[in-house]
Order: sequence, then C-alpha cells, then structure tokens
Amino acid sequence: MTYLLRRLAFYLFTAWAALTINFFIPRMIPGDPVKSLISRYQGQLSTDAIKSLYVLFGLDSHDSIWDQYVDYWKQLFHGDLGLSFTAFPAPVSDMIGDALPWTLALVGITTLVSFALGTGLGVLAGWRRGSWMDGLLPATTFLSSVPYFWLGLVAIAVLAGPGSFFPSSGGYEPGLVPALDTIFLGSAVQHSLLPAATILISSMSGWILSMRNMMVTVAAEDYITVAHAKGLPERRVALNYAARNALLPNVAGFALSLGFIVGGTLLVEIVFSYPGLGFLLFRAVGAKDYPLMQGIFLVITFSVLVANLLADVAYLLLDPRTRKEG
Amino acid sequence: MSIPTSSIEQVIPKQGAMAQPSAAARRRRWRFVANGKAATGLALVAGYLLLAVIGPWIAPYEPDARSNELLQPPSAQHWFGTTHLGQDVFSQILVGARGVMLVGLTAGVVATVLSVLVGVTAGYLGGLSDDTLSALSNVFLVIPALPLIIIVTSTITDAGDLVVALVIGLTSWAWGARVLRAQTLSLRRRDYVEAARATGESTWRIIGFEILPNLTAVIASGFVGTVIFAVMSEITLAFIGISSVSSWNWGTILFWAQSQQALAQGAWWWFVPAGLAIALLGTALALINFGIDEFVSPRLRSAGRARVRTADGHVVRMRVGFTPVLARPATLPPPRPRPEVVTPQRKEADR
Repeated sequence: MTYLLRRLAFYLFTAWAALTINFFIPRMIPGDPVKSLISRYQGQLSTDAIKSLYVLFGLDSHDSIWDQYVDYWKQLFHGDLGLSFTAFPAPVSDMIGDALPWTLALVGITTLVSFALGTGLGVLAGWRRGSWMDGLLPATTFLSSVPYFWLGLVAIAVLAGPGSFFPSSGGYEPGLVPALDTIFLGSAVQHSLLPAATILISSMSGWILSMRNMMVTVAAEDYITVAHAKGLPERRVALNYAARNALLPNVAGFALSLGFIVGGTLLVEIVFSYPGLGFLLFRAVGAKDYPLMQGIFLVITFSVLVANLLADVAYLLLDPRTRKEG
Repeated sequence: MSIPTSSIEQVIPKQGAMAQPSAAARRRRWRFVANGKAATGLALVAGYLLLAVIGPWIAPYEPDARSNELLQPPSAQHWFGTTHLGQDVFSQILVGARGVMLVGLTAGVVATVLSVLVGVTAGYLGGLSDDTLSALSNVFLVIPALPLIIIVTSTITDAGDLVVALVIGLTSWAWGARVLRAQTLSLRRRDYVEAARATGESTWRIIGFEILPNLTAVIASGFVGTVIFAVMSEITLAFIGISSVSSWNWGTILFWAQSQQALAQGAWWWFVPAGLAIALLGTALALINFGIDEFVSPRLRSAGRARVRTADGHVVRMRVGFTPVLARPATLPPPRPRPEVVTPQRKEADR
C-alpha cells in the first residue's frame, strides 16, 4: 500500500510539472496571438472569452506571473481549456472529448496487444536461444527502426486503394452517423484494422527483444537450475519459473516507455486521417491553434499517467515483494 | 519508435566485468569490433557520416532545382525519380543526410552530457540530491516526449536544425540518466572506490577517474539510443511540417510526398528511398547497441549453435542459461579413448 501511495504522490507531482510546463510554453510565443484572433473575429468574441484567452496566453501583463499562475489553475479546475482558434468558437474540451475515444480505442488496444504478443514471442525466443528464432532478430530490429508513419504510408500504398477492403483514411464510412449499432461499429473496426496492424508491427519488436534478453539473463539463475534438477517439465520451468521473473522488468519498462509509444502511435493517426488526438494535434499544429495544442498535450500526458498507474498496479500484483513492504 | 529496454541495467550489477585493463584486456579492447553486429552497425553509420560530409558535393543536381521531367520513375538520369516539380529525389536524399546526422548527433551529445551529469551525481551523492534528481528524471520519462517536442518547436517560430536538436536533447536525457544512476549506485561501494576515498581523493576526481571510465559501455549505449530517438523525432517534425521546410532532410521529402498525394499518383519512388534510408540508419544504430549489450553481457550472444557435437561424437542440445564456449573442431584436442562411464547425461543422449 505504501508503494502505491508513493507512486500516486509521484504522479501527482508529474501532473503538476506538466501543467506548469504547459503554463510557461505559450509565454515564449513572440507577438500577440490573441490580438490577431480578436481582429479576425471582430465583435464575435464575448469579453469573457477574451479574458479567458488572455489568461491562457499570459498576455495579461498587468498581473504578476504569480497571479497569472493562480488564474490559470482556477480556469483548469473549471475544466476550461480555452477556445479553439480553428473551430471557433468551439471549446477545446469539446473537441478533445470527441477525439479521445478514438485514440483510446486504437492506441490503447493495440499497445496492450503488442505488449502481450511481443512478450510471449520474447519468452519463446529467449528460451529457445540458438534456434532459428535468433535469425529473426535482425528482421524485427529493422521493423522497429522504420518510422511508424512511413510504414503506414507503405501500407496504404500497397493494401488500400479504390475497391480494396481496407479504407485508406477516416475512422468510419463518411455517410454514417456515430452511434452504438452494428453497422457503425463494423465500419469503425474495418477502418481501424490497417492503422492497428501498422502500430502492432513496428512496436512489437521492442518487446520481443527486451523480453528475450531478460529471459536469457534469468535462465542462468540458480533457481532455474534447481527447477530443472527437480525434473519439472520444461514448460513449467519456462513459464512459471523463468518467464514470471523475467516479466517484472518488462512491465516496469512498459510503464516507462508508454510516453514514447503514445507519441509514435499518434503519427499513425495522421497518416490514416484517423479522427483521434494525433490527427487533431496535426491539424492544430498546421493552423497554429495554440489552445488546442496545449489541451491535447495535457490530455495525452494525463492518459499516460493513468496508464502508468495501472501498470504499477499490475506490477504490485505480479511482484509479492512490493506488497510485503507495507 | 519505442526505446527498447536495455538489458544492461539488469545485467551489469552482478558482473564484475569491465575490470581494470590488464595487458591481455587491452589487447581485447578491439574485440568489440570483432562482434559481427557491432561491426556491421559501425560500418553503416560510418557510411552515413561520410554521406553527411560529402553528400551535398556529390549530389548530381541541386535539390531545389526544378526541371521539366515531372514525376518520372527512376531512370539513369534520376536514380530515385523526380518529384512533382521535377526535382531529383536522389539529390534530395544525399543533401538531406547532413541535416539528419547533424541533428541526431548534436541531440545525442546534449542528452548524453545531461544524463551523465544528472545520473552520476544522483547515484554517487545519494540522499536528498538523489531523490530530487531521480524525481526530475522520472518526470521527464513519464511526460510524453514527442508531443512536448512538437509543441515547443511549433511555438518557436522558424526553428532551424540547431534549435530542433537542442529541444530534442533537452527532453530526452531522462532514460540514460536513470540507467546511469542505477549503475553508479552499484559501483560506488566497490573496493577500489573505497580505496580511492580512503587515500583522500576528491569527490570529483573519484567520479571522473574511478567511476566514469567504468560507465563507458552504459554511456555509449545511452548515446546511441538517444541518437536513434533524435533522428526519428527530427524526421517526424519535418514530416508534419513543423521545422523549417527550407532545409532538406528525409522528413521534408516525406512531407512533400504526403502533401502532393504521391501515394494516389503511384509515385512510390518518392517516399520509399527516404523511408529505407531512415530504417537502415536506425537498424545500424540498434545493431551497435546490441553489440555493446553483448560485449558487456556475453550471455546475450546468439552466435552459439544450440545443437553441438561434442568431442566424443554425441549431439547435445545446449540448455538455455549456459554460454556455449566450445572451441571450433579444428582446435579441439584429439578425442582420447576414455573409460566408458555411463553418466546420466549420456543416458539421456542415448535415448
């Protein structure tokens, strides 16, 4: 329990750090982005909206930095991430709310599947070291060195196209209205197959490699030799003795590298015009839509923090030593 | 684009490896290059570095020069075909190598220096400074780096190569710092460090001359890993059109290919070479890291065959966990006739 509380405190600290970074970034923007927006939407902005934008961008030069910081926090606690520049006057929180489920479904599921599959294959490759599987390692290295988005481009060029089963862009058929029925869900799944496969192929090899190396390291421990000497079946030694212990660092590594993985998978959405956060971020960057960019950064960071917390709980369940402490 | 979890962290502490260089060890120093993976990787990276230096000179065309041959497939004049403006893709790739390598290496150096400073200080000093620095590096690890890099560079208007390199370097040092801290922790209580402390060497001399040399492998592997990440991030930034479009790198080529619908027009030559160039560079760097991993921890070497014919003619399957160290048949001593003792292993092999 102490372990979990300590982790929780750390994540709260990280969340605070992310929010503070987010507070300072727009203060580096030269010029006055709000003024240009106001002149673009002459008279359509309410005074409240203008004030809110000024707080977000720190252009309220009458206040000290500290007062600005306090205002920024007040606004965040109201769930106010400002207004989007491009889709004016839609609030940023609404736009993110629309995109978030797509990303959670695509990136969340594929990341978990890739971790599970990669770890499984890594156990095999590590246990059967010296077999033909070692020959596959350079191939997986090559695949993991390919940028995600480039693999997506190739997949579109080769597999998608007019008349193909795989659609090349979008999250669902253009004519459909998002709803929880079989037609829409079927279309959504069909559209997510290619992006999911792209993410799987390029992210899996990292897990295979690290799990293989851990298996090889663990397999030389004394308790494995003892298990062999006791005459336990090979399968039992491999899974219950070696793999279970080799898994621990891999789970810890999973938690730590989530930030990297999520960054990469967002790019796949860009290539496939998938209506998730990555594509939204891409459009926001293209249009210099600062409030939207910052909102997306915050939401991504928070999702990664929550995922990390879940990984910690998994670690807690796997490793009895962490439970004893408390 | 994930950073493969290096096994060095888990492997090293139990090994007393990387010991003081005796004469024999000094001779073995170049054995690192004898590793096939490391040698391949080093050769490829050397090739890329050469391209980075001479690329702009040997490019057959100006990368920006337009011609009337629009969207031509590869031919003798244009090895990798042409773009929608008639620009030569081969020249663009040659010229782009410099930017890619420059940003990758600069970011790698910045991040490595930071990670050494933070990691070694935290590991050696311990106590409050350790807690503070570890918390700092964990924060940077958990915050998704790529979105942060995207936002920071798009905030800075007209970010050139150097700015991009600095931003990447400043945000990606945390992984190396973490590994270095763990390794320093295990080194600081070794006898030779205690001895240095007892003879009154200053803290900075101990860190610089006793501890750092023994961290070389970890630092090198961290550097290579950061370069991989930096190259990928830089190309990503160029691909989504954030860093300045005026200078060429492979991401810029992909940016134009994507925005000009190269896919829909079937112009595969426009984006395939750039992607392969990136993938090959990434593979080469990853191979160097495998080489370092295997150099430090011989168990990870995959070279050994699992089925080995022993001197007395039996085929034995090497169980995992043992490093096959059988010499080549030529150097084996001639099999001596020995009394036939039926050991358990023999029984199993006979069955």
